[in-house]
Amino acid sequence: MTVMQKKADNPIAHLTAEDIETLGKELDAIRERIIASRGERDAAYIRKVISTQRKLEIGSRVVLLFSLFPPAWIVGTAGLSVAKILENMEIGHNVLHGQWDWMRDPKIHSTSWEWDHVAPADQWKQSHNELHHRYTNVVGKDNDLGYGIMRVDEDQPWHPAHLGQPLYNFLNACFFEYGIAAYDLDLGNKLKDGGHKDPEFRRRVRAVGRKIRRQFLKDYLLFPVLSGPSFLHTLAANFTANLVRNLWSHSVIMCGHFPDGVETFEKTSIEGETRGEWYVRQMLGSANISGSRLMHIMTGNLSFQIEHHLFPDLPSNRYQEIAPEIRALFDRYGLKYTTGSLPRQVFSAWRKVFRLALPNRRQPAPPVTPLDDSADHPTPALVAA
Amino acid sequence: MTATVPPPDTRSFRRRLWRLAETVTTPVLPSDYLDLIAPLRAGAELRGRIVAVHPETPDAATLVIQPGRSWRGHVPGQYVRLGVDVDGVRQWRAYSVTSAPGRRAHPISVTVKAIPDGVVSNHLVRRLRPGTIVQLDQARGDFVLPQRAPSRVLFLTAGSGITPVAGMLRSGALAGSDVVLVHSAPTAADVVFGAELRGLAERGAIRLIERHTEVEGLLDVAELDTLVPDHLERQTWACGPLGLLDAAEAHWEVRGHAARLHTERFRPTVITAGDGGTVTFTRSSVTVAAAGATPLLDAGENAGVLMPSGCRMGICFGCVLPLRQGAVRDLRNGQLTTALPGDGVRVQTCVSAAAGPCELEI
Repeated sequence: MTVMQKKADNPIAHLTAEDIETLGKELDAIRERIIASRGERDAAYIRKVISTQRKLEIGSRVVLLFSLFPPAWIVGTAGLSVAKILENMEIGHNVLHGQWDWMRDPKIHSTSWEWDHVAPADQWKQSHNELHHRYTNVVGKDNDLGYGIMRVDEDQPWHPAHLGQPLYNFLNACFFEYGIAAYDLDLGNKLKDGGHKDPEFRRRVRAVGRKIRRQFLKDYLLFPVLSGPSFLHTLAANFTANLVRNLWSHSVIMCGHFPDGVETFEKTSIEGETRGEWYVRQMLGSANISGSRLMHIMTGNLSFQIEHHLFPDLPSNRYQEIAPEIRALFDRYGLKYTTGSLPRQVFSAWRKVFRLALPNRRQPAPPVTPLDDSADHPTPALVAA
Repeated sequence: MTATVPPPDTRSFRRRLWRLAETVTTPVLPSDYLDLIAPLRAGAELRGRIVAVHPETPDAATLVIQPGRSWRGHVPGQYVRLGVDVDGVRQWRAYSVTSAPGRRAHPISVTVKAIPDGVVSNHLVRRLRPGTIVQLDQARGDFVLPQRAPSRVLFLTAGSGITPVAGMLRSGALAGSDVVLVHSAPTAADVVFGAELRGLAERGAIRLIERHTEVEGLLDVAELDTLVPDHLERQTWACGPLGLLDAAEAHWEVRGHAARLHTERFRPTVITAGDGGTVTFTRSSVTVAAAGATPLLDAGENAGVLMPSGCRMGICFGCVLPLRQGAVRDLRNGQLTTALPGDGVRVQTCVSAAAGPCELEI
């Protein structure tokens, strides 16, 4: 992809500034409607997911106490992997987004929640909610684009180090939670520019250290010890569950913004951005995954990435409900609703990681016609003031 | 100096065991798992299970609640704060305990009168089902009888104001006292615990004066001169609408016997929503006037309060702070949020503005 403003066929060239504001109002109305209808059914949903997750986790860990027996190992590892995925995706990610704050339950609240992840909740909330959701797909602002180690956009300058990015991406997938913790700490930059001496940075590193230590104690020492003769088997099972969870969440998250069809934006394009323009950026900067209800729950409903990015604080169980309406809105405004099956989107994202490991191929200059001048000039709608 | 061998410290051993359990359940707490199976156990946050809901009048019902093991009991006349999820949102309200104090493991009861448009009271009276788990606070309040019951007592009540008094009458503490109860309700059928009170009067345990206001009009406190001529000599407990309490306080004050009158005001702070208001940042000890269109975040920052902040557009929840009390308005849709101390309401300061006086905890 190329930042939208430099494209020969700007996907929003046909929309006037007025269209964009009307679109924004229609989206606001959908949001208000869902907020007004939040209630008992939604509260019951998240409580059920949380209690199911906790029971599944306990059950799996108990089974793993006997992991010496291969069937117990397989059942326990599978159960624990699913429990860890639910905990991170449908519960952790969404609670930390404040999607359930309206219930006023201090136990299920963005300010008090902590998750099974080496990135402490408060650090993740800052980098994810504050930066990524605000600056979605703005090249140079949204560090989720390639996580600062990869080149996922033609407009990011190529460097020979990018040749290794398929390997980095694979390692990042395996140890995704550590990648995220390092990313939330802005570790790379801090080490480069000497910012690692900053006391605030050190405090944050210690917080990550504490979380890593606790996870290690639990997954790699306490539960294996409790398993007695099954020590090594339980250790391997817990490692596997963490690995499965990391690979899964990495795949889902890659599908959110990297597949073909997703647009990126220039830094200058968000100066003075209106509410309507912000919505359009979220619409074009995200991609969905199609699939069954179970698949949606396992992705934390991030398979409705577009709906999530439009309304990050609506309860996740409602994204599916509004998706047809949002899609109809895309059609009506002539915008492209990017979606595809999980294998297709994962393949598309990986293909891009491979392709952009190499420098851009030189493209033949497009034929210049008087009508096609949008390639050089960003649309006025997106570059207000 | 003598050296003593310290006794084995079982508490520190338990603490160490608990810490180990915390490591096993990290990142959540052992109690989060225990709550799944035993929400009323000792040591858990105080909760209760609704055992039964008995209708009292067309718009009042008594809730029988089995409190958790952490319940410390109550003194008749005290109230308990009850947190219940209505439409998925946790709401807290205070209700007088109407049961006599029993052993700790005994169920308690509160009696709720549905007020028009009352979100919580209507839910409790009409929709609450036995088996529901509710949140509780320990009993509180100083609207109670003294250790030694006075020999002559007057209760001046109206509507649901009878509830704390019912707890006192049922406790048996007034068995040897001369008790007069002056109670107002729209009609005889609206008298909460009507049959029980009339029974007490028939047995001579109390003198009951019922005032049915739909027919006889509101009680003028001055009428007490004829209804209960010795009322100023009695220790008096009054509970009811603010109008009645204000009038009673004035009456006793003027006659020089204010010390003998004890009043209970439910929800003493009435939150009225306005446009803008004074915002107090409690821990920073800063108070500023904020306009109805100014986000609380800006108001705090302009006053030099170290406010947490994030996206400043309502999406990241990095600015959320507890609203101790007061009213705020969501600038995006005008939705009003009000809170009283203990309600545990948190608000996004970047998209909320003062709608009347409010206190933020920072």
